[in-house]
Amino acid sequence: MAGRDETPGTTGSRGSRLLGCVALASLGVLGVLAFVLTGPDVRIHPTTGEEFGQFDAVRMLYLHVPMAILMYASFLLCAVASVGVLVKRTPWWDVMAHSTAEVGTVLCGLVLVTGSIWGRPVWNTWWEWGDVRLMTTLVLFLLFAGYLALRGTTSDPRRQERQAAVVALVAVLDIPLVNRSVEWWENRTLHQRSTLEELKIEDLTLFTLMFGFLTFGLVVWWLTLQRFRVGWLERAAIDHAVGSAIAERRSETSAVELDAAIGVSDDPAGEESP
Amino acid sequence: MSEVRRFLGDAGLVAARDLRIEFRSRVVVGQVVPFALLVLVLFGFALDADHRTLRMFASGLFWVAVLLSALLAVHRSAALELSDGTLDALRMSGLPPAALFLGKATAVFVQLMLLEVVLLGGLLVLYGVQVVDPMLLLVSGLLAGVAVAAAGTLYGALASGLGVRETLLPILLLPVLAPVLIGATRAFDDALGSVAVDGWAWTGLLAVAALIATVVGALVHGVLIED
Repeated sequence: MAGRDETPGTTGSRGSRLLGCVALASLGVLGVLAFVLTGPDVRIHPTTGEEFGQFDAVRMLYLHVPMAILMYASFLLCAVASVGVLVKRTPWWDVMAHSTAEVGTVLCGLVLVTGSIWGRPVWNTWWEWGDVRLMTTLVLFLLFAGYLALRGTTSDPRRQERQAAVVALVAVLDIPLVNRSVEWWENRTLHQRSTLEELKIEDLTLFTLMFGFLTFGLVVWWLTLQRFRVGWLERAAIDHAVGSAIAERRSETSAVELDAAIGVSDDPAGEESP
Repeated sequence: MSEVRRFLGDAGLVAARDLRIEFRSRVVVGQVVPFALLVLVLFGFALDADHRTLRMFASGLFWVAVLLSALLAVHRSAALELSDGTLDALRMSGLPPAALFLGKATAVFVQLMLLEVVLLGGLLVLYGVQVVDPMLLLVSGLLAGVAVAAAGTLYGALASGLGVRETLLPILLLPVLAPVLIGATRAFDDALGSVAVDGWAWTGLLAVAALIATVVGALVHGVLIED
């Protein structure tokens, strides 16, 4: 076990390595399920007899939908951790908020990219400006891009954690809009309503989608764990650097000079008489 | 009742102070308003000075000009607290943070109203638009102004302590104001008769945005300004 003052060579532990291996293997299995074992979405029109559907593009949804759900989960965890920052004011909550926000932003970017790739063959466009869910998701991405830009500034960490918490709590107000937009603005979206609620999909398709949730759950868990440990070490490095700088300055100045500088004297005769 | 009156009095003091500083320095009148008009003129150049195109997109161009200019006004409002330890003095004064927020937001709102009036004149003269529904124009302009002023004051306070606030403030604020931009543009589309939409429904969205921005700003301003 590494000592307190030793610099660890890795952020991994036996548990996190096992988790990483399981997540990686699950990604491989998901790839086989999504791109090999499940079939394309092909339906026959009842009257004309023509083939229609999403064809091979449907395979992208096995990645897109689980990533979107895990994105919500990451941002909601960030909101909970941000409340923790404002209430508890401890570094643990701040590092957790930062970690979940970063993982959530990566997922949000991937959701936009995979959705765009899926939309090209199905909607016949890379981007649809009139789609409310696309717009609100893009705004969510930009809000958290701003959050990460704020985290990248070199200001007082105590002040920054409060500022970041406020930005995160405002940003997550967009999540209900993203999630419910399909129902609230039914005629202003190309997105379909949730097929899970109405169970329109079944068999291997449903299993692959559920396996996608499990896989991305493991991936997000592993990423958040690693990011949290990196964040924790960053905090420790800053505290260590500040502590070293203070100790260095102390060693340069003798105690008597220091007392004189701050106006403290042990000699009662030196005090001013009333 | 007296507590409410005292709270509003405190907010009024801060608003009057900010407006007095603006009246004396004339930064908004002398720099922000000309900048907004310049943006309108640049849009005219970019769209090849085609009156029909300009009339069709007048609402969107108007609100983009308002938002860009609001960034400058918000930046100026936040910068007032940084000189001569003003923020420290305000912290020591015992003013409720919510009253401080409300006062500063009110001052920014008044400046934005001036900006909107001048820009509307620009639309009428330069773009040749006609006002079809003045009441819708007034109500949506007021509500969008409240939302922009409140959100701007909140994020201005947030970014004010940072060395990179000039670049960070737009990144933080503009995505938050995206719903306001959409709602205000649609409402103005209806009020100016350029697109057939239900402007009052979009005004409802502006009312919700204004309410949320004001309540959230008043609640969290204290957290942002504490040392």
